[in-house]
Amino acid sequence: MINLTVNEQPVTVPEGTTILQAVRAAGVELPTLCYHEGLAPYGACRLCMVTITAPHHGLVASCAYPAEEGLMVETHSPEAVSARRLALEFLLSRCPQSEVIRELAAQEGVTASRFGTPPPERAEELCVLCGLCVRVCREAIGAAAIGFIGRGMERRVGTPFEVQSEACIGCGACAEICPTNAIKIEDRGNERILHTWHTTVELHSCPECGRYFAPEPTGFLKDMFPEIENLWALCPECRRQRTARQWIEQEHTRAT
Amino acid sequence: MKVRSRSDLETLRAEGLSTLYPSRLKISVGMATCGLATGAAAVYDALRDEAARRDLDLMLVATGCLGYCQQEPLVEVRRPGRDPVLYARVTADRARELIAALAEGELPTEGALAIIPEEKPPAGSKPAGGLPRLNDLPFYSRQHKIVLRHCGLIDPASVAEYVAQGGYEALAHALLDLTPEQVIDEVLRAGLRGRGGAGFPTGRKWQICQAVPIQPKYVICNGDEGDPGAYMDRTVLESDPHSVIEGLIIAGYAIGAHQGYIYVRDEYPLAVERVTQAVARAEELGLLGENILGSGFDFNITIVRGAGAFVCGEETALISSIEGGLGEPRPKPPFPAVSGLWGKPTVINNVKTLATVPVIITRGADWYASIGTEQNAGTVVFSLVGKVANTGLVEVPLGLTLRDLIEGIGGGGLNGKAVKAVQTGGPSGGCLPARLFDLPISYETLTQAGSIMGSGGMVVMDEDTCMVDVARYFIGFTMAESCGKCAPCREGTQYMHQILTRITAGEGSVEDLELLEEVALWVKKASLCGLGQTAPNPVLSTLRYFRDEYEAHVKEKRCPAGVCRALIRLSILSELCNGCGLCRRECPAGAISGEKKQPHTINPELCTRCRICYDVCPVGAVEIVR
Repeated sequence: MINLTVNEQPVTVPEGTTILQAVRAAGVELPTLCYHEGLAPYGACRLCMVTITAPHHGLVASCAYPAEEGLMVETHSPEAVSARRLALEFLLSRCPQSEVIRELAAQEGVTASRFGTPPPERAEELCVLCGLCVRVCREAIGAAAIGFIGRGMERRVGTPFEVQSEACIGCGACAEICPTNAIKIEDRGNERILHTWHTTVELHSCPECGRYFAPEPTGFLKDMFPEIENLWALCPECRRQRTARQWIEQEHTRAT
Repeated sequence: MKVRSRSDLETLRAEGLSTLYPSRLKISVGMATCGLATGAAAVYDALRDEAARRDLDLMLVATGCLGYCQQEPLVEVRRPGRDPVLYARVTADRARELIAALAEGELPTEGALAIIPEEKPPAGSKPAGGLPRLNDLPFYSRQHKIVLRHCGLIDPASVAEYVAQGGYEALAHALLDLTPEQVIDEVLRAGLRGRGGAGFPTGRKWQICQAVPIQPKYVICNGDEGDPGAYMDRTVLESDPHSVIEGLIIAGYAIGAHQGYIYVRDEYPLAVERVTQAVARAEELGLLGENILGSGFDFNITIVRGAGAFVCGEETALISSIEGGLGEPRPKPPFPAVSGLWGKPTVINNVKTLATVPVIITRGADWYASIGTEQNAGTVVFSLVGKVANTGLVEVPLGLTLRDLIEGIGGGGLNGKAVKAVQTGGPSGGCLPARLFDLPISYETLTQAGSIMGSGGMVVMDEDTCMVDVARYFIGFTMAESCGKCAPCREGTQYMHQILTRITAGEGSVEDLELLEEVALWVKKASLCGLGQTAPNPVLSTLRYFRDEYEAHVKEKRCPAGVCRALIRLSILSELCNGCGLCRRECPAGAISGEKKQPHTINPELCTRCRICYDVCPVGAVEIVR
C-alpha cells in the first residue's frame, strides 16, 4: 500500500494507483474529460492538473501520474486552479455549443471565454479531442476502426481516408463513451448509420419478432463465446417474453 | 575480411592510413549536404574530368563537412610531404584551374583559406607559403572538436579511415577490458549530459536502465533533428557515421541491450544513405552481429526513417513511431529507461551524445571532465546561423560565453551591423539580448535566462530583426508541429499565434500583451511533453527582454526594426535618388515610377512593403518609414 497526502489529508491506496484515483479516494472532486477507469491513462485534456509539493515540486496531470509514497498533493493550488480554468476557457472557445463543456466550465467558475469563437465551418463542433472513442475502440473493443487524423488544430477523429470503415463492428462504444455527445449514431430499418464515421453496418433481426437489435458484424462474438449464443438468438424483448412464459409454464405445471 | 580481434583492427588501421595519407596527390571535396547545396557535386565532377583529361594521377575523395559551411564548397589539396591546403568557395571553373595548375606542379594561392597540418605529418613536411593554419583562423581557434573530430577529415564511407583515426578502439576497450558497470562509471564520471538538449546525465540514464531486471532492452539513437537552422546531427551522421554506431554499440553493452535503432528523419536523405552504408559495412566486418571482436557480445542495429513530424524528436513519441503508432508523446513516468520501446527498458541518446561516448572510453573520464566546467563538462556543438559574419557548425567547451561564440568565432554581426539578440536551442529556445552575452554557456545559465540549450541552434539577430515578428515566426512553427494531443499545446500555440499576428498587423492592444503572457505561462506549465513545455520560450523571453518593441507595436503602432509590413511605409529620398531605375524594374507590384536619371517615387496604394527596393537600391535612397 502507498501512503500519500491529498490536500493535507492522509490517503492510503494500493500499488498501481494514479494520483487521480487517490484524490477521488480522498473524496475530493476533480473534473476530467479524457480519463476513463477502463482505459490506459492518456493525459490530454489537462483538467485534472494538481500540484505536487513534496518530495519535488511540479504541476502534473493526476490521471497519468502514479501515486508514490510520501507524495504531497494539492488539488486546488492557485496554479492548478488557473491551469484548469484556462483549459476550460479554451474548450469553451472551441465548443461553445456543448452543454457538457458549458456546465463543466461553470462548475469551475468559467462562464465566458476570452479566446473567441470557432470559425464558421466548425461552429457546431462538439469534439474536444479527448480521444476516448479512439482508445475504447482500440483498447477495449479491439477494432481500431477510428484514429486521429492531422495534427495541431487540424487534428480530428475519423476512419482511414474518412470513408466506410471495414473494421467498424457498429458496437457504438465510441458514442457511448463520448463525454460531449459528439458522435452521431442512428438505427434506421435494417441499418445502423454511424454518421460521424461515414459508416453503415447491417443490423441482425430477431427471428421471432423481426425487430433489428444487434449489429451483424458483432456475430463473431457468439462463436468466440458460446455461452452468449442465446443473447444473439433473440432480441431482448422476445427473450424477456420467452423467459416469462417459461416461468408461467413452470408455475402452472407445479400447481397442477 | 572480418574484424575479430584487436590485431584485425590494426590491419584495418593500416589500410586507412594508406588512403588518409597516400603517397600521391589527393584532393578531398566536402560533400555533406551543406557542400552539395553550394555546388560541391559539380566541383567534384570538374576535378575528376579535368584530371582525367590532363592525365593527372589523382586520388579524389568525397569527405564530410568541416563546419565552415559559409565557405563551402571546401576543397582540400594534399600533396605528399606537404601540408594540405584548403580552398574555399570553389566553383567548377576554379576546380579546373586548380587541376591545370597542379598538372604544372604549381599550387595556386587564390582562394586558399588555410593549411591543415596533419596530426601525424609525414616527415619533412613544409608549411605552404604564408597561409594560416586552419586552427588559427578566428572561426576555429576557440573550438574544441570532440563530436566533430573526424567530420570533413575522413571519407565517411571508409571504415578503415575511421579506424585509422582511432575508431573502434573504444569499442574494443569496452568489450574486452571493461565490465558494463565500468563503462557506465566512466561515462558517469566524465559528466557527460544528454546533448539532445535536456542535459540529463547520460551515465545516470544508463545506470537506471541497466538496473531494471527485464529483458530484452533496447538502445535508440535519436537523429530526428527537426529544428529550423540546426543541422549538427545531420552533419555527424553524414560525415562520421561510424562514431555514432560505435557509441551505440557501447551503450548497448553498458545497459545489456542487443538491439539498437538509429532513428533518422527522412528529410536527411544523405544521412540516411551514409548511415545505412556504414551499418552494412560494420555488419560485413563483424563489428555488428554476433560475438563482436570475440567478446561474446552480440549487437544489431536497425535504421528507422522518421516520417517528418517534429514531435518525434520527443522520446516517447519517437518510441511510438518506431512501434508503428502515431508519433505522439505519452505522459512520463514511466520513463523509457524503465518502460520504453515495446514496454521494455530503453535508453534513448542523441547523435552527439553517442558520438562523444567512444572518446570518453578511449581518453578517460578525467580527461573529458577537465573540459568545460564542473557541472557542464565537455563540449557542445552549435549551428551558428542568422545575421552573423561567420556561419557554420562550431564545437566549443561549455562555459564559453555567448560573446566569445558570437563575436569571437562568429566575427560579430553580418555586414558590421550590431547584433541585438541570439536565440539558442531551436524554435523553442528563448531570445537573449546582447547585454547578456557575457553569460557562460551551460544548461543552467541558459534555462535561468529564459532559454534552453536545446538542440544547439544559435540564431543571431541584428537591429533589422523585429522581435515580435521572430516570436510569431517560431510560435507558427511549433503550432504547425504540435501533435494536437494535449489541449494547452494545441489550443495555446494557436491562440498565441493569433495574438502575435494581430500585434504585428498593428491591431494589438495592451491587454493582448497580458493575455499573451498568461497563455504562454499556461502552455509552458500544463503541456504534456517537451514540445509544448518549451514552445512559449520565444514569446516569454521576448516579452521579458524586448517588451519595448511589443509596446511600440501596440501603443504607437510602430515596428522599431522596420519589419512588420502593416506598420512601415517605404519612400524614396529624392535628394539621394539618381534615377537608375533598378528599384522600378525589381518592384514586383509595379509601384515605383520615375523618368531615367530623375528621382523616382513609390505609390503607397500599390506598394506591398516587400522591401525589395530597399535591398536593391545602390545609393541607399529608399527609406523605411517606421
